[in-house]
Formats: sequence, structure tokens, C-alpha cells
Amino acid sequence: MSSEFESIEETRSGLASAGYLADESTALVSFLAGRLGKPVLVEGPAGVGKTELAKALSRATGRKLVRLQCYEGLDEAKALYEWNYRKQLLRIQVEASDAGWQEVKDDIFGEEFLLPRPLLTAISAPEPVVLLIDEIDKTDQEFEAMLLEVLSDFQVSIPELGVVEAKTHPIVLLTSNDSRELTEALKRRCLYLWLGYPTVERELEIVRLHAPDLKEDVARKLVEVMHMVRDLDLKKPPSIAESIDWARALLLLGAEDVDQETFKQTMSVIVKHRTDLDLVAERVGVKLSDGLVGSRPVG
Amino acid sequence: MASSGPGRSGKPTGRTRQSRALAANPSLYGGMPAAVGPSGMAPRLLEFADELRREEMKVGTSELLDAFEALRHVEWTDREDFFEALATTLAKSQQDRRVLEAVFDRFFFRAAEREAVDRGVKEGAGREGGASPEPELDFDSLRERIRDALRDANAPEGQLRDLARLAISAFGRQGEGSGVIGVDVQRIRRTLGLRGEQAGAELPDPETVPRDRLREFEAQVRRELERALIERTETLPPSKPLRELDRALPTGGAQDLAQVHRVVAQMRRRLATQGRENRGRNRSSAIDVRRTMRTSLQTGGVPLDLRFRPRRPRRPELFVLCDVSTSVTSASVFFLSMLHALHDSFRKLRSFVFVERISEVTEVFERERSFEAVSRAISGDAGVADVSGYTDYGRVWIEFLDRVVDDLDPRSTVIVLGDARTNGREPHAAAFGHIAERAGRTFWMNPEPKLYWNYGDSVMQVYEPYCTGVFECWTTKQLEGFVNAIADLRPVSPSA
Repeated sequence: MSSEFESIEETRSGLASAGYLADESTALVSFLAGRLGKPVLVEGPAGVGKTELAKALSRATGRKLVRLQCYEGLDEAKALYEWNYRKQLLRIQVEASDAGWQEVKDDIFGEEFLLPRPLLTAISAPEPVVLLIDEIDKTDQEFEAMLLEVLSDFQVSIPELGVVEAKTHPIVLLTSNDSRELTEALKRRCLYLWLGYPTVERELEIVRLHAPDLKEDVARKLVEVMHMVRDLDLKKPPSIAESIDWARALLLLGAEDVDQETFKQTMSVIVKHRTDLDLVAERVGVKLSDGLVGSRPVG
Repeated sequence: MASSGPGRSGKPTGRTRQSRALAANPSLYGGMPAAVGPSGMAPRLLEFADELRREEMKVGTSELLDAFEALRHVEWTDREDFFEALATTLAKSQQDRRVLEAVFDRFFFRAAEREAVDRGVKEGAGREGGASPEPELDFDSLRERIRDALRDANAPEGQLRDLARLAISAFGRQGEGSGVIGVDVQRIRRTLGLRGEQAGAELPDPETVPRDRLREFEAQVRRELERALIERTETLPPSKPLRELDRALPTGGAQDLAQVHRVVAQMRRRLATQGRENRGRNRSSAIDVRRTMRTSLQTGGVPLDLRFRPRRPRRPELFVLCDVSTSVTSASVFFLSMLHALHDSFRKLRSFVFVERISEVTEVFERERSFEAVSRAISGDAGVADVSGYTDYGRVWIEFLDRVVDDLDPRSTVIVLGDARTNGREPHAAAFGHIAERAGRTFWMNPEPKLYWNYGDSVMQVYEPYCTGVFECWTTKQLEGFVNAIADLRPVSPSA
């Protein structure tokens, strides 16, 4: 298990063997993340493989993945650490009668009474890990500010204990769906990676990697249809994850071809809004019946 | 060339020579100070960062240090890797990346050209001797070749460049260029009869070529023309800032809807941010007793952990009135798509469109998802098909009052999108004043520059005193000022 990539090429092949086809910039940024020890901010629409990249990195480097899922109202107690109040109370009750205050105080604010949460876990891990801070845009700005200490110095200050410094250097990935602008301070500390929708060829590779039993021409047609659907002005354009789901659905159904009939039946796999369904059925369904898709090579 | 190790000791000697030549001829910088001091990559990169800053990108020293650090690990002889390493460390958003791309191309293209001028290198010096160095190309076959190349997505970039050159030389034989590169590019495109595919066309038209490929070709033509110009005059043209052009709202007949959408998407994101800013964890002092008690059970009834009641963000109730008459045609697409975006962000939003009379279109926006469908519905059957087609603001206020007067309360915000050109009719300022009085806040967005207000039939000054804020709105910056105002976070500055 190699824990460090030596070159961009190696990064790419490492990720590929972990089931993730990285493009040029993704491979380069992943390589730099390990080399520079800087967190990576990954932005892009939902379902293009932001979270998957972190998982693939952890598989490729043989590191453990520590995940912090962000949501509104997330605070230090759930992200960094928390004192185990119950255990502290018990200890106080046990000691109450025969110990002085000083000893009790030294006693109850020890590591034994600390509940590490994802960030502290990642930092104090004896083996280097991959830390995934998922959907950072869902939290509030105060939380971002709190992250700064962790991300730039890889340390956590616990008032009662002092500063916990990282024993090993984690690879940090932050993902964002771009639903709000992140603060400059956070962006400044990160490498930036934008993951967009892939080209037809790349998406074809990805689909074939995840659904290897699907026939080449069916897969190509599927990807072409996906690109057509994305071109429409939809409320929720389908992502790579949906392409893969659709490919698997077609496999299960044993579909030989993406024609109008199969498309109608399986459309709900890729389009997730009622109004979008109507639009897609109208625009794409018609083109499929006319045989306009797949008849000429699209590059 | 594998000098990816630490330290850039393996510099090719060409770099040193280049910087010496530069020091000898600083005027070639086009206004930039000549690089004194150490030769090599570092000064070039600092110049590059300077140029980025001139484009309003925020490039801090720490980002630059990161970039240098990243370049130690990346082979900078590979253009792709070099660019990506810079992009990931310097550009912190999609928009930044676009700017970086443009500046990168320009900067390093100019650097190469500068070097060529320095050394007196000229292209095609051997060709000038012969009477007709290239086989005579007739226009039609050239047109065919270019079209084929544009349709073939796998055509190598070099082929496009060669074709661009052929086109330029063929064009040069036909007549002189205008001297302005942008004009020449369009002339060449027209002469070649190249047209982009129409979006939404059902069948591929044999005459047209894919839009983005055409744009690529135009970029190649532009670059070749620039190169020729530099070669002729032996100086570099001054570099022009590009940002304003990118940022201004598209106006005029042929509007690029996608561009409007991009601006609006940006605004939507800002709205999302601002909703959240005052949603801080401990901002509200109201303690949720029930939840606090519940948590205290974990700690033996001692309320160690206080739970607070979350504060709901203020969701303003919006009334938007949008002028869709011909005098604001260029802005109304933008206004409508803004309404479209607002409907996604605010639940309590009622929208109205008006020309001579007013009609409510809230339902249309809620029903229709796609923007095209919305605009079709509004121009078709929303009831604004008017007799004269002239805006009558006075009548609109009276009708509006008539319909919604009972719904207006101090919590509601009224936004008017229009140019306040009444075509000489009675403005009924009192009615507007009444609306403004009933509503908590009233904003006016005018698509015309402030300079034109109150000229001709514009009666902006009549309405202005009643408004909480009046905004001119034809660039994204101005739009942002407006967004800040309705999100009610910063003090309203009408001049924004």
C-alpha cells in the first residue's frame, strides 16, 4: 500500500485502480494535495463525484476515511470534540468525599473524558487519514471560521488540555455544491478544484467502468441522451451518478437499445422532478423516435 | 526535461537570454516595468499575478507562495499541468478560473511574441520571395475545408490554425483589412459564410457549424491577426482589461440568454448566502426550555448544555412589478429571468407585468419551470396584449392599488422594474405614493443609466421621493447592490 503518490501519472492510475477515472486537473490537484499538505476545496454540481473522489483517494492511498457531514447548525461539539459530561459527573461523585478540588479538576479534564469527533479524530489519528468535510456550504460562516485553525495548522485548541497537534498529515477534501459563496479566508487556505459534467467520451468510460456488462453501443447512446437531457433547462439536471444508475437499470431490464419505449419506462431514474419529466419526455422522447440520436457519431 | 525535483536549478539558458534582451528593450513591455533582478520563472509569475490583480482577481501573497510550491512538484514544461497548477492555487472560483484562462493565454502569448520581436524572428520569411508561394485557393473550396474541420470535433488544433491563416491570406488578397482586429474577424467569418447552429433547431442545417467550434475558429483567426500585427509593427499593443466586458449585462437585440442566466444564478447564490448569515447558532437569546431540559437528563438534570430556539430568517413578502413594453425590450428578458430566479428563492412573491395595464403572472411562474415557456406564456395569454403598446404608469398604479391594497402591509416589499417613461401620460404620483406608504419598502430598478433619467418622457423624479431606494441596473455590480438592499443586511445606499 503506497501512501504517497510520486507523480501525476501515478495519482491518475492509483485513482483509476480505486474505480475513479480522474481527468487531468483532478489528478493534478489530488497529487498536489498530498505534496503540499493543503486542503482541497472541490466544487461542482451535485452528483459529479465529489464525495466519490475522497473515497477513491482513501482507497488508493490505503488511508482510512474520516467523514464529517455538514448541516445547518453543526457546531464544535459535533465536529471537533465534546467532554463526556456523564463520565465526568460519575468521577466527581466517586471522588467527591476524599479528594481536593485541584486533583478532581486535573482528573476530569483528561483525554479519558474527551469524546473525539471527526475533526479531532482525523488530526490525532496515528496513521494518516483522508478527511472528508462534506457539503461545507450547508454550514454557517462561524463554522467555517472555526475550521480555519484545523485546516491551516492542523491543530485543535482545547482550552482545558492545550493544543492537540496533528501527529500525521491528513489529506483534506472539502466539498461544496456551490449553494453559497464561501468565505475568502477559507478559500485562501485551500487548493481549488471544479468538477463539472464530463465530456461524452469520459462519461462513456465512467459508465462502462461501473456497468461493464452494458453493450458499448447502448452505453454510448445512453451517454448521448444524458448530454441532451443536460442541455435542457431543467430544475435538477441529471449527474454522473444518475447515468450509472440508469445504465444499471437498463442492464437489469435487459434492454438491448435505448428507444422511445425503454426511455419512457426508465426516465424516472434520471429525471427527478415532475415538471422536468414532462419537458424531457417532450423534447428527448421525440428525438429518440425519429432516430436522431445515435445515428451520427458525436465526439 | 524532467526537472520536477525541488529547486529549479535546471533552467534552460534561453530564459537568461530572454531576460537580458528584455532589460535592453523595456519599451516592449507595453507599459509594464521591465523585469530587473533575478531571471527565470519567478519574475514572470509575479508579473502574471500583477496582471491578474489588474483584472480584479484577488491574488494574495500566500496564494502566490502556494503556486510556487505547487510548481516545484509539477513539470512546468507541460503547458497543461503548468496551467492547472496555477489555476488550482490562484483561482478560487469558476469565475476566477475563466479570468485566469483568458489572462494566461494573453500573457504567455504576449511573452512569446515579445521574445520573437526581441530576437527579430519572423515567420514565413522564406515565403515572400516566390510570386505565388501557396497554390491558389479559391474561396469555395476553402469554405468547404473550414466547414468540414469545424464539424469534425476531433480535428487537431493545428489544423484550425492553418485554416485560419489561409482564410486570412485569402481575405487579404480580396481587400485591405480595416485595421481593427475585431472587425476583421467578423468580416472574415461573414465572407466565408460561416454561421453558428441555431439553438433548438430540430434538424441540422447543412449550412451551419457548431457554435463553440466556430468560436474557437474565430479565436484562432484573432490570434493570427494579432500575431501578424505584432510582426508588422514590431511592438505589442497595450493590453486591455477584459473584466468589464464580461461583467456588464447583455443589452441590445440579440441577447445571450445563457449569459443572463449566469448572472441570475450568481444572484441566487448571493441570496442564499445572505439568508444564512443571520442564522447563527447563538444569535438569538431565546432558550428552548423543553429541549434544554431534555438534554439535561444526560447530565443528571444539570442543564450544562443550553439549547436555543433557532431564529427564522426574515422572508420578505415581495411584490414585483415588471415593465414589459417595447421601450425596455432589451432589459425585459433580463428582468423576466430575474423574476424567474426570485420565484425560486422567495416563497411569498407575487409578480405582475404591465404595459398599459397590469396583470398578475405569479401563477405562470409557479406553473412553468422553463424560462422559455414563461416568456411565451407572458407574451401570449397573460392579458398584457395591449391596445396601444405604450406604457401607462399612472393607470398601472391605480389598477395595482385596486387589486392588492389590502394585501400590502409594513412587512411587504414592492419592487418596480421599469424605465419610468410614461409616454406623456399622467404619472399619478399620489397613487404611487399611496402604494409606497402602505408597503414597508419600495425599490425601483431602472434599466437606463442615471444620466438619461428625467430626460424626455422619463418621470423618475416624480416617483423617486417615495422609494426606499432607487437603482440603476445594467451591470452585475449594480444588481448586487440591489440584492444587498432587499436582503436587508447592509444599509440601503441608493447610489449603489
